[in-house]
Amino acid sequence: MTLEILGISVLWIFLFGYVIVASIDFGAGFFNAYSLLIGKNHILTNIIKRYLSPVWEVTNVFLVFFFVGIVGFFPQTAFYYGTILLVPVSISLVLLAIRGSYYAFESYGTRGHIGYTLTYGVAGLLIPASLSVVFAIAGGGYVDLIDGQPVLNYWTLYTSPFAWSIVVLSIAAVLYISAVFLTWYAHKANDSEATKLMRKYALVWAAPLMISALGIMYEMKSINPESYSHMVNLWWMFAISAVLFIVTVVLIAMRKKYGLAVGLLIAQFAVAFFAYGIAQYPYLLYPYLTIYDSFTSTQMAIALVIAFILGLCLLLPSLYLLMKLFLFNKKYVTGKEDNHA
Amino acid sequence: MINESAVYWSRALTELTLSFHIIYATIGVGVPLMIMIAQWTGYKKNDEHYILMARRWARGFVITVAVGVVTGTAIGLQLSLLWPNFMQLAGQTIALPLFMETFAFFFEAIFLGIYLYTWDRFDSQKKHMLLLIPVAVGASMSAVFITIVNAFMNAPRGFDIVDGELVNIQPFLAMFNPAMPTKVAHVLVTAYMTSAFVLAAIAGFRMLKGSKHVYHKKSLLLLMKIGLIFSIAAAVIGDFSGKYLAEYQPEKLAAAEWHFETEGKASLVLFGVLDGEEVKYAIKIPYALSILAHFNPNAEVTGLDQFEEEDLPPLYIHYLFDIMVSIGMFMVLVSLLYVVGKARGWQFIHSRWYRWIIVAGGPLSIIAIEAGWWLAEVGRQPWILYGLMRTPEGATTSDHVDLMLLLFAGVYAVLAVGSIVVLVRMFKKNPIEREIEDRHSEKGGDIL
Repeated sequence: MTLEILGISVLWIFLFGYVIVASIDFGAGFFNAYSLLIGKNHILTNIIKRYLSPVWEVTNVFLVFFFVGIVGFFPQTAFYYGTILLVPVSISLVLLAIRGSYYAFESYGTRGHIGYTLTYGVAGLLIPASLSVVFAIAGGGYVDLIDGQPVLNYWTLYTSPFAWSIVVLSIAAVLYISAVFLTWYAHKANDSEATKLMRKYALVWAAPLMISALGIMYEMKSINPESYSHMVNLWWMFAISAVLFIVTVVLIAMRKKYGLAVGLLIAQFAVAFFAYGIAQYPYLLYPYLTIYDSFTSTQMAIALVIAFILGLCLLLPSLYLLMKLFLFNKKYVTGKEDNHA
Repeated sequence: MINESAVYWSRALTELTLSFHIIYATIGVGVPLMIMIAQWTGYKKNDEHYILMARRWARGFVITVAVGVVTGTAIGLQLSLLWPNFMQLAGQTIALPLFMETFAFFFEAIFLGIYLYTWDRFDSQKKHMLLLIPVAVGASMSAVFITIVNAFMNAPRGFDIVDGELVNIQPFLAMFNPAMPTKVAHVLVTAYMTSAFVLAAIAGFRMLKGSKHVYHKKSLLLLMKIGLIFSIAAAVIGDFSGKYLAEYQPEKLAAAEWHFETEGKASLVLFGVLDGEEVKYAIKIPYALSILAHFNPNAEVTGLDQFEEEDLPPLYIHYLFDIMVSIGMFMVLVSLLYVVGKARGWQFIHSRWYRWIIVAGGPLSIIAIEAGWWLAEVGRQPWILYGLMRTPEGATTSDHVDLMLLLFAGVYAVLAVGSIVVLVRMFKKNPIEREIEDRHSEKGGDIL
């Protein structure tokens, strides 16, 4: 394995980590707001707060890690993506800022403020939509080089069915992932009302997820034939992902083994996410930037890999401790202990 | 190809974001240490007041952390969005500390989450207290790493340029650049100092508003002691920074000091206004600049006459220097008088006017932080990478930066108002008297 592949794999794993934890987080915020609108917040709010409270800032770090890491391993991405993404990413940043701060304001300041809760919920759906546009851009076709400077063609981007399919997929995925996870979490907390509601949402969002995923495959054929043919070669990975998806939905529908369903869900997305990533190889921005022509110097790459391994030695035990104390702590999950400062 | 208006607005937006971020970031670096000291004191003395201090500060801290995290994420991405050419180069040379900063941040975020949600959960206070060590260490380490990146911009090294290509990159040499020791040390101690004085201002304010509770007295004395130690440290390290500048960035020092002619026995200029090349109404302290620069009253200090016009920073940075230094000195005096006065039984430190001075100390310290950063950053103009890359060469070429400035200005306004309203409401609704009462009834009088 070359250092380039190692670098991009590490970053892709962290991006995947962000996709999962952020999906749970964004979806939970949306369900919380929605339940307030339809008057069912007494069922959901407690369970959602209980999960979100200790982890809200950890979620954000996954994202920071990814964008700092990619500039470190692939400095030229700063030049290309930095120049073209000014407007789309600034919008995501504004949404992230509103969402991140309002969570703390709401839970420590004024509990139960409707405006906060709704803003929080809506921002949560707009963030994945605005961030996922980057996936469309990476696939190629929306960036022109003018005088050696990359320029984003907004009109082509905003009228592209491909870009919109990715947006729809990201929103459906957020709601589906979050609903499956919260079904399990509510079940663990012995909260049958919340389990019932979240189970319903999980099943509702399964269909749009699959339809939009298939739509993307179809559109890719004309937009980016090269990575489409890669994806066809990787059909078996997508097939595994589809099987995992079906088993998850069946488990949820039969009200069985929610814990296993969450595991399968993560596996399903991991397989699909990596298959998609591999199909893009070797491009970071089609057709201008590959992982080879943008890689950092060997000395820096080695330093970064060492720092990464040392960092993980610190991080993994800490994350384990966090999960042990909150996620897998029966007393905390069932609400017998709160103890917040 | 340089897009002049994009350069201008990129600088404005970066300045806005950083100026807003450092208020919350400084508190974010310093307050965990204060919480740790309070918790530790409470544990050692078996005094519930200090434990409550830690708890109340932690609660307020959550709000500032939230704003610090989101504005930090903003500036992290804005570096690539607004300065793509610079980040491409920095990515090759200085990515290591940037990367390590995210680990420190990760570490802090995990343990802060645990600390906040495990009050009264462990049998011993000691266990709970241990959680604060990674929080305080993580907070300080992220300041260390990010300041290293900034130090690199002032003293880039750790690579060679051959035919316009960067070769022979040495990440550790780039990290341990000559600007790093003084910068990192100054940033850390001033963050601790500012946090101590901000918290002291709150205690002073509650006392002015009529609270007679011994809790505020204890917290004020503790914070004044901490503030005194760190403000003295800030002054000492500030002096080292002056020596660093004289050696490596003489035009920054000369501009900050309005030192036009290269000469020995140079005097330090305090205050005053500039009229052409003439300094009016200033206080000049003979020999002081030579001492500041070289530890020797007769040493020659390089003046502005030694530099090309286009390499000079704007001369208004002198005012920033004045603000920073005078507030720093003032705060040493305020805390020194309080600590000595407490030991000697001087009555004036308990008077209303002295309390008001203590209250003013909080915002003043934050102003000093802002002035110090503006001095450091404007002082290295016209370079984004000192001696290597001029600021316009690093900037984005993309349009719409002006619109983004408006967008972010709106967001920061909302965040500022939101955080202040929430913090004020939080502590108004729940003064210390009430919290102690609640806690007694909760625990049946058995506190620790």
